[in-house]
Amino acid sequence: MLMRLLRRELLRHWRTRQDLLNPLIFFLIVVSLFPLAVTPEGKLLQQMGPGVIFVAALLSTMLSLESMYRDDYVDGTLELLLQQSGRPLLVVSVKILAHWLMTAIPLVALSPVLGVMMHLQPDTIVALMVSLLLATPTLSLLGSVGMGLTVGLRQSGVLLSLLVLPLYIPVLIFGTSAVMAAAMGMTYSGQLALLGSMFFAAASLVPMASLAAIRVSIR
Amino acid sequence: MNWVWFHRLSSPKWFYRISGYLLPWVAVAATVLFGYGLYVGFYDSPPDYQQGESVRIMYLHVPAAMMSMAIYVGMAIAAAVGFIWRIRLAHMVAIAIAPIGAVMTTVALLSGSFWGRPTWGTWWEWDARLTSELILLFLYLGFMAIHAAFEDRESGDRAAAVLAIVGVVNIPIIHYSVYWWNSLHQKATITRMGKPLLDEDMKVALYSMIAAVFLYCVWVGLLRIRAEILDRDRSRRWVQETIGGQSDDS
Repeated sequence: MLMRLLRRELLRHWRTRQDLLNPLIFFLIVVSLFPLAVTPEGKLLQQMGPGVIFVAALLSTMLSLESMYRDDYVDGTLELLLQQSGRPLLVVSVKILAHWLMTAIPLVALSPVLGVMMHLQPDTIVALMVSLLLATPTLSLLGSVGMGLTVGLRQSGVLLSLLVLPLYIPVLIFGTSAVMAAAMGMTYSGQLALLGSMFFAAASLVPMASLAAIRVSIR
Repeated sequence: MNWVWFHRLSSPKWFYRISGYLLPWVAVAATVLFGYGLYVGFYDSPPDYQQGESVRIMYLHVPAAMMSMAIYVGMAIAAAVGFIWRIRLAHMVAIAIAPIGAVMTTVALLSGSFWGRPTWGTWWEWDARLTSELILLFLYLGFMAIHAAFEDRESGDRAAAVLAIVGVVNIPIIHYSVYWWNSLHQKATITRMGKPLLDEDMKVALYSMIAAVFLYCVWVGLLRIRAEILDRDRSRRWVQETIGGQSDDS
């Protein structure tokens, strides 16, 4: 059951890969705007680089949330899956997992390139990747609640950001502080542990909230 | 255990009647306490030995900040009750008090800003408390926005309730992460005044202002809930009898 659902989700994402590519391109563009707008000077870029990359990752994750529920909601698949599978919580969890696999992994893979563009040191780039890897599942989870709430609405883009971004703040704080600590040559395992604990807390509670959110639009 | 009172309380009609009796008392008490608290606060209490006259902003700032948080919790509890037991009145309460909470948050932020200017020398500081209060405002705005986005009011109630519950679980996490972030980042520190021992008159003024602002919120809250009840139940007979009777009299 789990594997079949996961296979279906991954295949569905793969077939609409433009929807996955666009947030990645957005990620790249937003980050490259900052040196143009603020300064191309290496020292300053090093200081603000981690923050800029993290904020851009947040925004790009938010943009990719549409692909989690939208299509399946529109053609009725989501309703059928929730009703017929008998395990709605599993359906929701698998959808979140597939979303993370298909959007966050490419994003993490792209992040070292951006790190180099921001003049980050190799150690810092490693820290950036690790903390992104730990932070993005929480982003997908929390985002799924916002997406579930807005799936029945015609226009959801701006509203979604209003709902989701405040919830992303703790992840942003600890994610960037891990990278900052690495840049200063300090240990950052504490921040990573906090990111990990946020992930476990979210993973155990959020799917239920996400299901309740979808149920608002699907009776 | 007899739950009749609870079910009766959850009926909009009954609530409307009871709140009608309560309303004048709350209004009078709030007005009197406001008058007293403002008088003591502005004329009958000493200025702070460090902050001078600007300390008087506290009498509005602290109550507003307290209410901004209390109302969010109250709203989330009401929304959760409405969501779990499908009590319409609880949803109405949550929706009606959200704007009051948002206003209180704004008042706390603005008065804090006016207070910060003379004492800290800045309008805004990315201090932990200020930042988490700002995030609280975002949460309120999100709650109201999601409710407004649904054409069907009942769906909007449920969606907003989910968001309020998620938000209230998140508030401690946000709060502590902001504290931690601040202690990590802050280099130029503004030494916050440690909890100063309040003068007796200051205490009197502050406590009566807290009570006054609380009662004011109850007052406006009751008014808003009553308006919400009338609006939603306008096609029901008891509303038409109540309203119709009133308009005939006048």
